[in-house]
Amino acid sequence: MIIGLDVGGTYTDVVLLGDDGIVRANKVRTDSKALFRTVQSGLDTIIEGIPPDQIRRIVLSTTLTTNAIAQSKVSDVGMIVSAGPGVDPEFYRTNPHYEAISGSIDHRGREIEAVNAAEVEEAVRKFIEKGIRYVGVVGKFSTRNPQHELLINEQIRSHFEKVFLGHQISGTLNFPRRIATTYLNAAVYPIHKQFFEAVQQSLEQKGLKIPIHIMKADGGTMNFASSMDFPAQTILSGPAASVMGSLAFAFDDEDSLVMDIGGTTTDMAVLVNYVPVLNPLGICLGPYKTLIRSIESHSIPVGGDSKISIQDGVIHVGPERIGPAMAYGGPAPTPTDALCIMGQIKNGDRNKAIQGFQDIARGLNCSVSDAAVRVFDQTCRMILTEARVLLNRINQKPVYTIHELQEGYQVAPRKILILGGPAPYFARHFEEISDFRVGVVPRWDVANAIGAALARTTCEVSLFADTQQGIATSPEELFSMAVNRDFSSDDAVQTASDLLRQKAVRQGASPEELIMEVIENQQFNMVKGFYTTGRNIRVKVQIKPGLINEYDAIAGILSTE
Amino acid sequence: MLKARHTTGLVFFPAFDWAISPTHPEREERLLYTQDQVFEEGILDIEGIQEYKPELITTQDVQRVHFCVPNVADVTTESHFISAGGAKTIAKAVMDKRVERGFALVRPPGHHAMRVVHGARGFCNINIEAIMIEYLRKAYPIGRVAIVDTDCHHGDGTQDIYWHDPDTLFISLHQDGRTLYPGSGFPNEMGGPTATGTTINYPLPPETSAEGFLYAIRNVVLPILEDFKPDIIINSAGQDNHFSDPITNMNFSAQGYAELTRLLKPDIAVLEGGYSIEGALPYVNLGIILAMAGIDYSRVTEPGYDPERLRQTPAVTRSIQRTGEQLLSNWQRRESIMALVQNGQPFSERTRSIYYDTDNITEKQFETLRICSECSGVYKIDSSADGGRRILAVHVPRSACRKCRSLGYEWFDTADKRKHTGVYLQDRCDDTYLQRS
Repeated sequence: MIIGLDVGGTYTDVVLLGDDGIVRANKVRTDSKALFRTVQSGLDTIIEGIPPDQIRRIVLSTTLTTNAIAQSKVSDVGMIVSAGPGVDPEFYRTNPHYEAISGSIDHRGREIEAVNAAEVEEAVRKFIEKGIRYVGVVGKFSTRNPQHELLINEQIRSHFEKVFLGHQISGTLNFPRRIATTYLNAAVYPIHKQFFEAVQQSLEQKGLKIPIHIMKADGGTMNFASSMDFPAQTILSGPAASVMGSLAFAFDDEDSLVMDIGGTTTDMAVLVNYVPVLNPLGICLGPYKTLIRSIESHSIPVGGDSKISIQDGVIHVGPERIGPAMAYGGPAPTPTDALCIMGQIKNGDRNKAIQGFQDIARGLNCSVSDAAVRVFDQTCRMILTEARVLLNRINQKPVYTIHELQEGYQVAPRKILILGGPAPYFARHFEEISDFRVGVVPRWDVANAIGAALARTTCEVSLFADTQQGIATSPEELFSMAVNRDFSSDDAVQTASDLLRQKAVRQGASPEELIMEVIENQQFNMVKGFYTTGRNIRVKVQIKPGLINEYDAIAGILSTE
Repeated sequence: MLKARHTTGLVFFPAFDWAISPTHPEREERLLYTQDQVFEEGILDIEGIQEYKPELITTQDVQRVHFCVPNVADVTTESHFISAGGAKTIAKAVMDKRVERGFALVRPPGHHAMRVVHGARGFCNINIEAIMIEYLRKAYPIGRVAIVDTDCHHGDGTQDIYWHDPDTLFISLHQDGRTLYPGSGFPNEMGGPTATGTTINYPLPPETSAEGFLYAIRNVVLPILEDFKPDIIINSAGQDNHFSDPITNMNFSAQGYAELTRLLKPDIAVLEGGYSIEGALPYVNLGIILAMAGIDYSRVTEPGYDPERLRQTPAVTRSIQRTGEQLLSNWQRRESIMALVQNGQPFSERTRSIYYDTDNITEKQFETLRICSECSGVYKIDSSADGGRRILAVHVPRSACRKCRSLGYEWFDTADKRKHTGVYLQDRCDDTYLQRS
C-alpha cells in the first residue's frame, strides 16, 4: 500500500491506496505553526491498525518551504557570484550577504578570466563573521563549464555546513534564475532537513522503514536524499499534486484543462496525452524567478468565496475573499451564495444569501434571483476567459526553428476536469456556455493526496557536446568525457539517456518504470572560415511527470469509482 | 530588480534549421551563441522586456514592396516569411503601444534586396525592413519614415526601394564601397529626381572605430533626423562593423554599438548582417538590447576588447569629418540640387546593371520616371535577367496624383506581351497588385 499526504493551507489530506483503490482517506486541520505535528496526526489516523510491512511507499507534499519563503523565515545565506562581462550582477542580488567576484567563462565554456582566490577568501571571511553556515556559489555559464564553481567549492567548503553550486541545478542557461534558485535551496535547506529528518524518525518509530518520497512542483517526486541537495524543488508542490491527482481521473489521452476551483482562487493547468504541460523555465515565487521545474499553471483570484461587488452596473468577482459565503455566516455575498439562491446548493442558509444579494440586485436593477443567475454566469465566464489566457500563453511560447513554427503542437483542449467544492455546479454551467465537455474529479476532496501517492520520480539531464573542443559534458551530473569528431547527436542522446537512468534511480525511481523522452536535440556545424571544424550538440532528456506504472490499476479503479 | 526604463519588445528567431549552404556565413549556427548569451543573461525575464513569437507575412506584404520574378513563391522560402514576419510583429507591438521600442533579432537579413527580385543578393531575398515599413504605412497613420542602416555593407536594396520616395529618409553608414561589397553607397547617391536628398550615404574608411561612428551619428545623422522629423525611426542593425568580423575591416565594438543605439533611439531595430558569430554577435546584441531598454550596458565587453588598440588614426578621423561636412551641405542644399537634377524634364530615364552575387544572376534595368510636380511620380522598370526573363514593372507611389496613376495603368495595359514574360503593377494608392503574363 502507498500513503499519499498533502499538507495544504487549511487542511492536510491523507490517503492510503491499495490494490483495490482507496483504502482510507482522511482530512485533518493544518496547523501552520506546527506542520510536523499536523503530518504526524495525519499519519497516525491513516495507518492505525495497518501492519507496517504492508506499506511500501510514502509520498509527502508540504507547504513547508513555500511558507518559509513567503514569510521570509529562511536562514541567512552567503552568495558568491562570478559574472564576467554582461549585466551588472548587483541587479540579481538575492540577499544581504552577496559577493560578486571576478572570473569569467564564455558561452562555449572557455575560461576568459580566472577566479581570484583572494576575493573568495575575503567573501568567506565576511560570511564567517556573520555566522553564516549555508553558501551558494554561482558562475555565469557554469552550465557550460563548472570549473570555477568547483574550484571555489574546494576552497570554501570546510568552512560551512553546506555549499550549493549553481551548475547542479539545471542545464538551462539563465544566470539570474540560477542565482535565485541556488539561493533558495540554501535558504530553505535547514528547515527542510530538520522537518524531514523528524518525519523519517517518527515513521521509523511506527515501524515504517520505507523510503520517503517528496513531491516537487513539476508533478514528480524525489527521494529524501536528493531532496537535501534540492530542497527548493518542493516549493508549490501542492498545486502540482492536485493536477497529478486529477490525472488519475482523466477522460483519455486528448488535451484537457484541469481546474481546481477553491474558495479564494482557481488554479488551472493543461494535460496533453496524460502529461501536464510544464513551464519552460521554472517557478516564479514572489520576487524570485527560478529554474525550479514546474507545471505550467495559472492561478486567478476567483473562487467560490470571492467577494461580489457592483460598480456602475458591472459585476466584479473578487479579487479578494473576506470570508466564507453569507449562507455559511460570512460577511459578504459570493458566487456560493448565488448557487444557494439558485437552489443548487441546499445546505447553506438561503435567507442569509438572499439578504446579501439585495444590494447586488439593486445595483443590477433586477430581481434577487436574476442577480444570482447573472453573478454565477459572470463567475463562470471569467474563469473560462482566464483559461484561454493560459492556453494562449502556452501556444504563444516562442520557438526558434522553422519546423517548430510550422509544425509546433498547439494545445486545444475540448475538455475540462474540475476539482473543488462547487465543482458540479460549475461543470453544468461551463457546458451550457461553452463547447467544453466537463467532468468532475470524483474524489476531488483528496485529489492532492492521491496525486502525491501516485506520482512518479521525474528528472531531467542536459548534455552539451563541442567536438571542436573535444568534450561532451553534463555539468549538473558532474559528467564530462572526451569525444572525437564523429560524436553525433545520436551518441549524445544515448549518453544523456544513460545519465538520466542513473539519476532517476538515484532519486528514487524504480528502474523498470523509466519512461524517457528527448525534449531537445539540436546539432550545429561549427564553421571557421569556410570549413566545418566541429559540431555543437545540445540534448535534453527527461522523465516526464506521470503516474507510477504499478498503480495504473489503482488509477483505473479510481476512475470508475 | 532589473527593470527596463523603456519597455522593449523582442522577436528572437534564429532559424536554427535554415542555411544558404552548410558552410555559408548565413547558416544555422549564426545566432546560436547570441541565443546562449541572451538566455544566460536572463534578458527575457527583465521586467519591461517582452518576447514575441513571430508571425508570418503574407504574399501581399511582399508584393507591396517587391516585383518578384516570376512570382513571390519562386524567390522566397519559409524562412524569409518568418524573418520579415518577425520585423512586422515587432513593428505592430510598437505601433499598438504594447512596447515603446522593439528589436527584431531575425535571420535571414534583407537590406540588399531591391525593388525587383530575380533571386538572392548579398544573402538577401526580400527586404524585411521595407516590407515592415510598407505594412505599417498601410495599417497605421504613418507617413514619414527614417531608416538608419548601420550594417557595414551599403544598404543598396533599401536605397533602391526608397530611391524615389521623398517621405522615406534613408541614411546608410558603411565601409567605403571602394573596399567592400556591394561597391556602392557614395555621397553623390542622393535619391532620384523627385526625392533628391532623402537618400544619404556616409561611407567610412576601413578601420573606423567607435569614435568615428559616434561622430557620424552625433554630428550628421542626428541633426538631419531632427530636420526631417520622421514619424518613426528604423535601425537596420547590422553588426559586421565589429573588429572581429571575418568579412569586413572595421574596428567597432559592443560598447560602441550600444552607445550608437542609445544616441539614435530607434523605435524599431532589425538585425541585418554580422558574421563574427562567437566573438561579436553575443555581446553586440546584448549591448543593443540593453541600450534600447535603457538598462546599464557599461559591463558589456567582448573578449579581446582593447579600446586603445582599436583607436582610429587621425587620417581616418579627418576623412570622416570631411564626408560629414559634405553630407550636411548636400542636405541643406537638397532642394536646389533636386531642381538641377530635374532640369525641367518631363521624364527621367536610367539604365542599370545589377548583379545577384548569392544566386549569380545579372539583371539589366531600364527605368522611366515621370517627373511630377504634384507627386513623387509614377515609374516603370523594364528588367531582363539571365535565363531569358524580361518583365515590365510599374510602380504607382502612395501619394500618386490622378495623372500619374492613370499613366501607370496605361503603361500596364499597353505593355507589349510578346516582349515581356510578365507585366506587374504596384498601385500603392489602394494597395492593389496586378500581374499578367
